[in-house]
Amino acid sequence: MKDLKKEESMITETGKAFRARRTALKAVTYVFLTFWGLVVLFPFYWMVLTSVKSYGAYNSEYIPKLFTLSPTLENYAEAFTAVPLARYFANTILFTVGTTALMLAVTVLSAYAFARLDFRGKNLVFVIFLSLMMIPNELVVITNYVTVTNLDLRNTFTGLILPSVTSVFYIYLLKENFEQVPDQLYYAAKVDGTSDLKYLFRVMIPLCRPTIVTITILKAIECWNSYVWPRLVTDDQNYFLVSNGIQAIRENGFGRENIPAMMAAVVVISLPLIVLFLFFRRMIMAGVSRGGTKG
Amino acid sequence: MKVTLQNLTKKFPGRGRKAAGEVTAVNHFDFEIPDGKLVGLLGPSGCGKSTALNLLCGLLKPTEGRIFFGDEDVTDLPPEKREVGMVFQNYALYPHLTVRQNILFPLQNRKGADRLTKAQMEQKADEAARLVQIDGLMDRKPAELSGGQQQRVAIARALVKMPRILLMDEPLSNLDARLRLQTREEIRRIQRETGITTVFVTHDQEEAMSISDIIIVMKDGEIQQIGQPQEVYDAPCNLFVAKFLGNPPINTFAGSVKDGRLFIGDCAVSEVKGIPDEEVTVGVRPEGFLPTPQGAFVCSLDRVEVMGRDISVICTHPACDSPVIRAIVNGESQVEPGSGTVRFDLKPSKVFVFRKDTGERIC
Amino acid sequence: MEKKSLKGWLYLLPAILFLGCFLVYPLIDVFVYSVEEGYNFASQTYSGTGLYNYSYVLRDPYFLQALKNTFLLVVITVPVSTGLSLLISVGLSSIRPLRELFQTIFFLPYVTNTLAVGLVFMILFKKTAYTDGFVNLLLNWFGAGSIDFIDGPYAAKMFVLCLYTIWVVMPFKILILTSALASVNQTYYNAAKIDGTSGLRIFFRLTLPMISPTLVYLIITGFIGAFKAYSDAVALFGTDLNAAGMNTIVGYVYDMLYGNSGGYPSYASAAAVLLFAIVLTITCINLLVSRKHVHYFS
Repeated sequence: MKDLKKEESMITETGKAFRARRTALKAVTYVFLTFWGLVVLFPFYWMVLTSVKSYGAYNSEYIPKLFTLSPTLENYAEAFTAVPLARYFANTILFTVGTTALMLAVTVLSAYAFARLDFRGKNLVFVIFLSLMMIPNELVVITNYVTVTNLDLRNTFTGLILPSVTSVFYIYLLKENFEQVPDQLYYAAKVDGTSDLKYLFRVMIPLCRPTIVTITILKAIECWNSYVWPRLVTDDQNYFLVSNGIQAIRENGFGRENIPAMMAAVVVISLPLIVLFLFFRRMIMAGVSRGGTKG
Repeated sequence: MKVTLQNLTKKFPGRGRKAAGEVTAVNHFDFEIPDGKLVGLLGPSGCGKSTALNLLCGLLKPTEGRIFFGDEDVTDLPPEKREVGMVFQNYALYPHLTVRQNILFPLQNRKGADRLTKAQMEQKADEAARLVQIDGLMDRKPAELSGGQQQRVAIARALVKMPRILLMDEPLSNLDARLRLQTREEIRRIQRETGITTVFVTHDQEEAMSISDIIIVMKDGEIQQIGQPQEVYDAPCNLFVAKFLGNPPINTFAGSVKDGRLFIGDCAVSEVKGIPDEEVTVGVRPEGFLPTPQGAFVCSLDRVEVMGRDISVICTHPACDSPVIRAIVNGESQVEPGSGTVRFDLKPSKVFVFRKDTGERIC
Repeated sequence: MEKKSLKGWLYLLPAILFLGCFLVYPLIDVFVYSVEEGYNFASQTYSGTGLYNYSYVLRDPYFLQALKNTFLLVVITVPVSTGLSLLISVGLSSIRPLRELFQTIFFLPYVTNTLAVGLVFMILFKKTAYTDGFVNLLLNWFGAGSIDFIDGPYAAKMFVLCLYTIWVVMPFKILILTSALASVNQTYYNAAKIDGTSGLRIFFRLTLPMISPTLVYLIITGFIGAFKAYSDAVALFGTDLNAAGMNTIVGYVYDMLYGNSGGYPSYASAAAVLLFAIVLTITCINLLVSRKHVHYFS
């Protein structure tokens, strides 16, 4: 059972050598993770740094400096005065709130119908809904654009919001969650004479709040960052969202060369979501790992 | 392989702030397991028995003390250098590998001169499979096997590398009652055939008593008693061990010693020599009751349950710690169900006297 | 019964209206558009039906350029981002201190505006009359000459596009892989450790097979996502992607619809249908290949 070779190898590889190798591996891991952390953070650092350099200072740095000793906020003032950044902001908030609220109403109602109500054709409709999940947005955008144009809804919030409302996936996610609420609760409520709508608002929604918050946040992120649809249906600056705004700034705002002001705008646009993320970090990450994809 | 533990201690830092309340899961273990024995490590859940097992296999490092396999100090060796086989509670069979691949897995880990040829590995795997009688299932996936079969695969995987020590964590707890009986016989047989020193952990006293050569009873990280199962059962060293072993459990009473006589309530049940007068706890095994018309111990009879060969007499006594006393007596004994009272003589070897405060056995 | 049915449909009505108007109808319509030849947006008339739109698109050099760009982007970014995120996730699961901090940092790109941060990337890489940019500064340190990554050679532009795409898609992959790794039962690792399994062998023989369903999911969604790349390119190279030679298939669709050369919904539809067909084919191939190599367990 015990032969000499085995004993030898045991002596050469004592616990100490083993531990040393593990420490080395740990060190490599940390270096690697730190490197990626820098890659992720550097663009953020650079945009903040550039946004506080004065226009003159930035343009005189042929070799860009990695820090600045005379930070200035003038670019932020410039960003809000030279281009209608505040307007873009307000538009985006209106768009995000409107779309998300409508989405919630539609999603909650249909998830409830699928999870709790019985009606003829339910299973068929559900299968159709599921298969709609596979339709890429790119296929339907064309007709939607034509529809909105024909209805004269370009450069209106109606035209912006309506086609962005539905997400079949969220209906599915919420339906799954609704189904986990025990049937007995429903029967108990029925015995007490509670109406369906009341039951939905008083029992189902409070019980499934985590999922509802998750889809709200995911939808809000999606709205805040949406670019393609707003770009198609708006060409009037007064209806630009932040994404289109930033694109407009890049193409012709600030006389093209005022990069510090541009970066100030970028910081202002990025900040709300980052703050939201830092506050709801756990919830957002859990939500995304359950059902998010980018875009 | 003989296993020696010297002063083995494992402390876990307390949870929560300031690490207040360190938990000592294993406290100063000092014992020796002779070569080739099947040892049951027994105790209620949370007593530290799994910690002890993890110290033996090297998944945990002890806070203090040494572990020897034979004469070799293995305390600082990582698990893979200890040559132990381990059967996990949930078996930990790799779900994506077939039975054969699972059993081959430990052999394929070896490197250099230790590495066997493919044919040798196959042969060893076949041997191990035959030993646990799963040679017909080699190409199945774990999910396609019953719980008992999975258990055997796990044992085969642990045995295939001819470990110095075999460790099993609650080997029977995931099986249903019928399989449990059958599997514990299997474990006994396999251990006999291989002669590998085996330590298994369980919270089920019957399981430990029925197959172990030696049982180690633990409580709160402390060893209570070590010995052969019968020995421990017949001579428990304290109230905890007496209560933990035996089914139905031992009956306990508030009693006292006066002038060399042992009283349960008002009944003087036996003579005790050389013990000062004091309040004590008296334990009487269910089989220690002998119904006699003139018996000294008088109880009110509740009912009689017939169990075939034996009958179980359920009665009450004011001094008893539990609501009822359960006595197992010979089926031919004369117990009148309608009589209201029943009198017993107590078999001296089945009566234990414990100190009231510490639970330590006096006689 | 009838009343009950009515109520169910009533609850579903808003969803059905929205989906019908903006998903089902457009879906059918896009195929109709794609075969209507000579469609005129202003008068909404067409001259006939056929496959001309498809053949036009397939012969359009802009589309072919977009096709080439998209394929390159897919072939480079999907393996690199999946592999890199696997490495990072394994690293993350092997450490204790600072893990949460790293996880939070790595997730940041997910919650940023693609257009906005793309602008930062552009500035980092761009070479102008005033400055060579930060990346070129790094290159100069290592003794290499400056390159204009934004308006310069094709390979350089492709490099930036891939890099930015990877930067954007990593958070999602790291998050999903980290939770997949965490869900592997620790006893498997304990069992392997006792059997003396080397770290590499544990990774390839145990960890990888056990997370393979997640990996396949990520690869499939990664392919789909990369095929639909568009806004990353816009962020880096501006809206006139055809001029920059960096257009993608989705970009081509939108440009046909609206951009500088726009106003041709039929061509856009044909291109969109082609894109859908490509994505569908690739996904099916992915599923077929993975069926042979993936272990699913309940």
